[in-house]
Amino acid sequence: MSVPTASLSDEALLDRCQRTAFDYFLENVNNANGLVADTSRVGSPASIAVVGFALSCYPIGVERGWISRARAAELTLASLRFFRDSAQSKADDATGHRGFYYHFLDMKTGRRVWRCELSMVDTGLLIAGILVAASYFDGPDEGEVRDLTELLYRRVEWDWAQGGQSTLRQGWRPKSGFLNYNWEGYNEATVLYVLAMASPDHPTSAGSFAGWTATYQWENIYGCDVLYGGPLFMHQFSHAWIDFAGIRDAFMAEKRSDYFENSRRATLLHREYACRNPHGFKGYGADLWGLSANDGPGGFRVRVDGQRHGFFGYVARGAPFGPDDGTIAPWSYLAALPFAPEEALSALRHLFHHYPQVAPDLRMPSAFNPTLAGRRDNGPDGWISEGFYGLDQGLTVMMIENYRNGMIWKLMRSNRHIRTGLRRAGFSGGWLAQEGA
Amino acid sequence: MSQNEPFPPDFPVGRHDADLLRSVRPNGWRNPEPARRYNLVVIGAGPAGLVAARGAAAFGATVALIERNLVGGDCLNVGCVPSKALIRSSRLYADMRNAADFGVKPPDHVEVDFTLAMDRMRRLRARIGEADSVARLTEAGIDVFFGQAQFTGPDRIAVAGAELRFAKALIATGAHAKLPEIPGLMEAGYLSNETVFNLTRRPDRLLVIGGGPLGCEMAQTFCRMGTKVILAQDEPMFLPREERDAAQILSDSLARDGVEIHLNTSVVAVRMADGQRIADLVRDGDTITVTVDQVLAGIGRAPSLDGLNLAAAEVEADSEGVKVDDFMRTTNRRIYAAGDVCLDHKFTHTAEATARIALQNALFLGHKRLSTLVIPWCTYTDPEIAHVGLYPFDARKSGIPVRTFTIMMHDVDRAVADGMAEGFVKIHVRQNSDRILGATVVARHAGEMINGISLAIGSGMGLGALAGVIHAYPTQAAAIKMAGDAYERSRLTPLLQRLAARWLRLVR
Repeated sequence: MSVPTASLSDEALLDRCQRTAFDYFLENVNNANGLVADTSRVGSPASIAVVGFALSCYPIGVERGWISRARAAELTLASLRFFRDSAQSKADDATGHRGFYYHFLDMKTGRRVWRCELSMVDTGLLIAGILVAASYFDGPDEGEVRDLTELLYRRVEWDWAQGGQSTLRQGWRPKSGFLNYNWEGYNEATVLYVLAMASPDHPTSAGSFAGWTATYQWENIYGCDVLYGGPLFMHQFSHAWIDFAGIRDAFMAEKRSDYFENSRRATLLHREYACRNPHGFKGYGADLWGLSANDGPGGFRVRVDGQRHGFFGYVARGAPFGPDDGTIAPWSYLAALPFAPEEALSALRHLFHHYPQVAPDLRMPSAFNPTLAGRRDNGPDGWISEGFYGLDQGLTVMMIENYRNGMIWKLMRSNRHIRTGLRRAGFSGGWLAQEGA
Repeated sequence: MSQNEPFPPDFPVGRHDADLLRSVRPNGWRNPEPARRYNLVVIGAGPAGLVAARGAAAFGATVALIERNLVGGDCLNVGCVPSKALIRSSRLYADMRNAADFGVKPPDHVEVDFTLAMDRMRRLRARIGEADSVARLTEAGIDVFFGQAQFTGPDRIAVAGAELRFAKALIATGAHAKLPEIPGLMEAGYLSNETVFNLTRRPDRLLVIGGGPLGCEMAQTFCRMGTKVILAQDEPMFLPREERDAAQILSDSLARDGVEIHLNTSVVAVRMADGQRIADLVRDGDTITVTVDQVLAGIGRAPSLDGLNLAAAEVEADSEGVKVDDFMRTTNRRIYAAGDVCLDHKFTHTAEATARIALQNALFLGHKRLSTLVIPWCTYTDPEIAHVGLYPFDARKSGIPVRTFTIMMHDVDRAVADGMAEGFVKIHVRQNSDRILGATVVARHAGEMINGISLAIGSGMGLGALAGVIHAYPTQAAAIKMAGDAYERSRLTPLLQRLAARWLRLVR
């Protein structure tokens, strides 16, 4: 039975969406070590980035009355203690190395799984969550949270992760060393660079942020100037923690814009792309847009209404250069609320009205594909991703909260590491100009 | 092929190659009696050498042209010409398979005839080779010598037992496929651009090493002709010099065609077993083993310098090629160089352009500079990827603020009508101006489209002026004007809009 969304006010609707997203963490956390499953699917390992989102969401749950402060602190401490005590070494099955952590960990043992990479950005998202905990748990009896967060942040060797280059590497493996990929081109890594530059003990070299911004592309697409990043999540992740409205680095000063405004434009670019719908996917339009990194229907080809379409599994989809297989990330609307609330709410209502099977209890799946409606055993709303992804739920909880009252942004404005990192990256103006904000 | 052999042992193949040989390496050719002293001796009869020799002869200079292999160079014989002929056949096979996309009933069964495509390639190559046949060069007044050239002094050179003296010389010996340093590959045998066009039978399985222009073009071509292709590239993306979006579109396109893509992957060993080639591929420490019939190595090109005895002519060179200044002059003021032997950008059109510079500077007291050239290039995959001028990254590194105007081909009427809506035109301008710094075009005919932008850059035309050039409608090249229109619209600031509205109210 679907939730009757039409009768709910925007505020009530968002509250329900946020609550059900928040519950993901309580349903998928290992109370013993604070690790949270990457997805709700059976056997899913933990994702360190999802733990970062969980740590960011617990304070929101406390403020909303969905969880007690003591319970939130308990879950937070469980994960902080786990990471403090976890195996840091070059061993194949360690939890981390040089203060970084492997992307995916066994839910119980906390050891590396799938021979995955030591992930720079996922460690960055974990640390961002850790800093939220540091700022939120400010009570006299919550000192252990603050001590552990400082320890975990300070031991990350960000400078090592440059691997002798100006930009940060994307990952490292025990046998083969650094991956051959760097963080280049605008994407979700802003918060990673900010954290890396602010480190008291292992900061990246002074030119690392400039090295990154040198790889940016400022493009006039569909008549609008935008700092290009294909998938929408690239314009959302860092913004879940940092309020970029009104603060500018050298690049944005040159372009007379800021990263918040850029995310607004990127959101509208995705909407415009869907209106143009160059590949003729079903449903695309002003109220059905949002290409991101998400699950997909899988690798096969089908001819629909005379047009040949190829479909993919989990991949980062983007506009306008693709890839695009007609798969939409519905959580994009909730994550886009701060930037383009009118368009996002309109799309949200459209989704619940026209595609009731996608999120009957309002918790957003990773993706759905209406082009496949009625094909390959799919229902009238098309292919719908099974289960839920922690990243999507965390981003949803945080962005709804930022839209409602800016809670996480306010917390992080006062975090000294965030302020230091932003300043070192060359940001100035706006709230950053105010002492202590 | 050994660089000292005129052609590989499996060449010529069939009557068309025999025709080609009659043009570019006539059987029983006897070198002429050398003149007492030449205005210009050109070493290498590829695109650069031919342009220089013909240009000099047209002005009445005494010219000798020395070639150790085939007149026409790599471009005609083992490069641009044969590859483009094969690409055309493979595109048609792809279109036949995808006929329904164009509203056409596809054939019930698309059977690839590899021999037919190769035969066509050889026929066209022979035909194109006629334009610069030895007979025509001789008619133009050029003394053609076949043999290995070897400098014997700063103003003289030996070939096939004769010594040629010169006032000026041009080294245009080109480049050859780099030898891959993969254990076992030499022993197992492999194809390069110099031998792949001599195939008479289609390999069922092909491993292509290297995701540069040659590797990508041939991987797609063979795949479309029915070969199971594995493409291994040791970098995170194909065409690492190009913009990421371009490389991504190419990667998607290759995957759609059915090429098995292995990015960030090194081929570490090749061996023969039971008549098959077995290769070990390593990615992030993990090894997989593939079994193929042939291996094609497209890992770059090295300058052809062997046997020239450059030291005798006091010409400096290293592994990158002959050292030249901005005037194409070597360390010997009598001797110039042009083309692949001295350039980073190894393209036929660049070879020809630098030969013209060398010719004017060598014979006519010219002061033409290499640095003023506007050089476009194109990788002829489907879609094609063409570029001219600066990349945004290079501009930003030089402190130049860049703004890019992007037009998606899916917004270009003709591209949509043609079923070729994949790709884009990106024109990079200096911020707060319309000065074009560079451009990248990804489209099925990007190579044709880039020329309009090269013309604009070369003639100092800004993007705003380009908007004023009427383009025939409907054409795919109209995307370039659309980028100009986007620039013009971007100048419509809120202040201008307010003023215009006020004016229109006044005149209502």
